[in-house]
Amino acid sequence: MAEEKESLFSKNNLKLLTGPLSSSNPITVQVLGICSALAVTAKVESAIVMALAVTIVVGVANMAISLLRNTIPNRIRIIVQLLVVATLVIMVDQILKAFSYGVSKQLSVYVGLIITNCIVMGRMEAFGLANKPWPSLLDGLGNGLGYGMILVIIAVVRELFGAGTITLPGIGELQIIPQGLYECGYENNGFFLMPPMALIIVAVIIWIQRSRNKDLIKK
Amino acid sequence: MKAIENWIQKTKPNFEKGGKYEKWLPIYESFETFLHVPGNVTLKGSHVRDAIDLKRALIIVIFALVPALLFGMYNVGSLYYTSIGQDYTMWCALGYGFLKVLPLIVVSYVVGLGIEFTFCYIRGHEISEGYLVSGLIIPMIVPVDIPLWELAIAVAFAVIIGKEAFGGTGMNIVNPALLARAFLFFAYPGNMSGSSVWVHSSDVATVDGFSGETILGQLNAGTPVDAIHSVGANSQLSVCDLFVGNYAGCVGETSVIAILIGAVILLYTGIASYRIMLSVFAGGFLMGLAMNAIAPEGNMVMNFPAFQHLLIGGFAFGAVFMATDPVTAAQTNVGKWIYGFLIGAFAILIRCLNPAYPEGMMLAILLMNVFAPLIDHMVVQANIKRRLKRAKVTNA
Repeated sequence: MAEEKESLFSKNNLKLLTGPLSSSNPITVQVLGICSALAVTAKVESAIVMALAVTIVVGVANMAISLLRNTIPNRIRIIVQLLVVATLVIMVDQILKAFSYGVSKQLSVYVGLIITNCIVMGRMEAFGLANKPWPSLLDGLGNGLGYGMILVIIAVVRELFGAGTITLPGIGELQIIPQGLYECGYENNGFFLMPPMALIIVAVIIWIQRSRNKDLIKK
Repeated sequence: MKAIENWIQKTKPNFEKGGKYEKWLPIYESFETFLHVPGNVTLKGSHVRDAIDLKRALIIVIFALVPALLFGMYNVGSLYYTSIGQDYTMWCALGYGFLKVLPLIVVSYVVGLGIEFTFCYIRGHEISEGYLVSGLIIPMIVPVDIPLWELAIAVAFAVIIGKEAFGGTGMNIVNPALLARAFLFFAYPGNMSGSSVWVHSSDVATVDGFSGETILGQLNAGTPVDAIHSVGANSQLSVCDLFVGNYAGCVGETSVIAILIGAVILLYTGIASYRIMLSVFAGGFLMGLAMNAIAPEGNMVMNFPAFQHLLIGGFAFGAVFMATDPVTAAQTNVGKWIYGFLIGAFAILIRCLNPAYPEGMMLAILLMNVFAPLIDHMVVQANIKRRLKRAKVTNA
């Protein structure tokens, strides 16, 4: 069978990478991975680290499952997927503990809970099991980035209004809201540091996205 | 009157379809209907029309709020003059309070109506006046010294997230006024609780023996039940004083008498449901009795007499003006009894068992707002089941 050779970054492949950033975003359109979006977004630093961890896990796991897809018996595919994800998550967890213990402490149980992040299992079931390794890798990375993008947006809003700072990995806490404003009577909004506010921000992002992209409403 | 009518006749075509200012029709219409009951004729369906429309109904609620608002203004001035140890006349106190409360009202209306008008303009909806009442209630349920910009943010949050996101007036799930208060409570707790926010303070030093603590705050701090007091030294409050309401609290919530005048207006005109009002008080009273029965020695909130629980804090105000909000309350008659009873019971329960939230009324009403549709569903389903059963018996 002379299959037409597709270039590595053809239009179709690139779409796998960029689609999840907008019209098929895992959080705002597929509504997956909400729990961690509420839990780790009080500080930008933890959101960025979480986003990277999930991106790596989804990408690599998706590719691994795709490589194994012809040898996995259908009946036990979930357990094989879990095994792959668990291995990767433990590796990420150990690396975090070794190289940035502070962040690992902050993320606490949520690194381990990447295993249960619906995005990971969802992509393997929906994509990795049926596609070739390279598109699977791109699809995984794309979804991870789409998830991470929303996470970082939420975290920036929450930390900026809740604490007046932005904490970046490797740089530390930056005071964004000037001290002069506090002297004029400005106060940090404590509500933004509570998880319910993350849910409301997600809702607002969904609202904005759907009013800009009407196609999403009819689904 | 005639002149206004003529003017409307003349300018209206400009705003109708094809007119010069077609886009501004919603805003134009809202002012037109504000002045006149529109002469629309029903073309199909039910032909029963009542002269009372949404606008008229809301204006009645505003009238009902006025006594509590006026007393709130007087109270603000009176407590302020007491706190600095100065003699005052009634008009003096009222005037001072008016100047302190007016900015809150202006900010609430400007921000809230501004957002509502913008949304209606974008969506091309007719503007409905749902915000007129919320806009007056919000300044009455916050401490007088709340910073205006914080109030503005809370109002914007309540109107956008609480109301417009659900589709505007009549579609909201929770009461927007309470949502604004809840937002302030969680966002800026320092300005919404404690002993220093309830009485307007200035640079003038306060007199000896002054305490700006609310009654619930005093009880939580362990003040004996018979020693609750207003802000000045030696100002113990009798049950009668609790009715009058000259003590520290949110602007409009303290005077039970003024609130009851409002309640009479609302009940007489049929705007508010007597079922909800009665059952809120009943629920609060029974829960208060239960708390009295199990109260350990030394817990002043639980030992506080059940009847007096209904007079302090925001209980009466919430029961009369906010639990009865027809949009967010239960719709079925049985549902209204259940809904109101649970609000009263939860309010006292939160008050007594969770010292982190000194006032439970806000959270109780918000919680039951969310459950109101479920209560209605249960009532309707139970009714269907009962009637089906009856039908079976007669058939057999």
